[in-house]
Amino acid sequence: MDKLERNNSLDRALDFNSQALQLRARRQSVLATNIANADTPGFKAQDFDFATALKRATSDPTSTTGAGKRGVADAVELKARETIQPAVDENTVDLDQERTAFADNAVRYEAALRTLNGQIKTLLSAIQG
Amino acid sequence: MSMFDVFKVAGSAVSAQSQRLNAVASNLANADSAAGPNGAVYKAKQVVFETQQMAADGAAKAGTESGAAAAVGVKVKEVIEDQSPARKVYDPKHPLADDRGYIQLPNVNPVDEMVNMISASRSYQNNIEVMNTAKSLMLKTLTLGN
Repeated sequence: MDKLERNNSLDRALDFNSQALQLRARRQSVLATNIANADTPGFKAQDFDFATALKRATSDPTSTTGAGKRGVADAVELKARETIQPAVDENTVDLDQERTAFADNAVRYEAALRTLNGQIKTLLSAIQG
Repeated sequence: MSMFDVFKVAGSAVSAQSQRLNAVASNLANADSAAGPNGAVYKAKQVVFETQQMAADGAAKAGTESGAAAAVGVKVKEVIEDQSPARKVYDPKHPLADDRGYIQLPNVNPVDEMVNMISASRSYQNNIEVMNTAKSLMLKTLTLGN
């Protein structure tokens, strides 16, 4: 997205929720990776803190127009999960934890989706009268 | 990086797990395949999993540690054969028995294989569920703005 598009006020209105949605999608794929590698020897489960990532994605270090915002990819900082019981093959995936997080993230993704949808509807009704 | 990566990752895991299930089936099917003194006896096969880089950005190679890109799938690195000795069973009436009356049976441990089977089946189910969730989320995303 270039600067012109970013400065668009319509775009700015939807920006926060769209960033949140993209980060949720990103987290979903990180968690899917953990579940997929539940039996891979030596694999370390990863995750990122959503709140921190969203703050980084939406906060703007340089200007107030939103032109200098970081992309979603830069905002995410993956960390290896701390595990209570690593397996003998040094795999650190806890399937229960991952599945819970996956289901939780799916619901939150849908929540973000609905919020975005509502916002679009609000804007549409403002435009169309 | 998009939700489509979920399908790639979970799909790779599903195919890896089904390969594991294949190995289990092969082992269990041959658990009683006897061999004579000259014939090579069947050896139990095990699949070895390895992480597989999925994302196009190539930020990390297979098996590297922290800083690896998010979408990492699974692949079967190799299929190894269990090198432990074959079981010897005394059965002098068997046509394949050697001169001391022993036949060789594969080193397949049915208990291990059953455990492997259950584990593979559960992991398979997990990944299918991941795909289902991702699918329903994406379908809902498609209706955004309606």
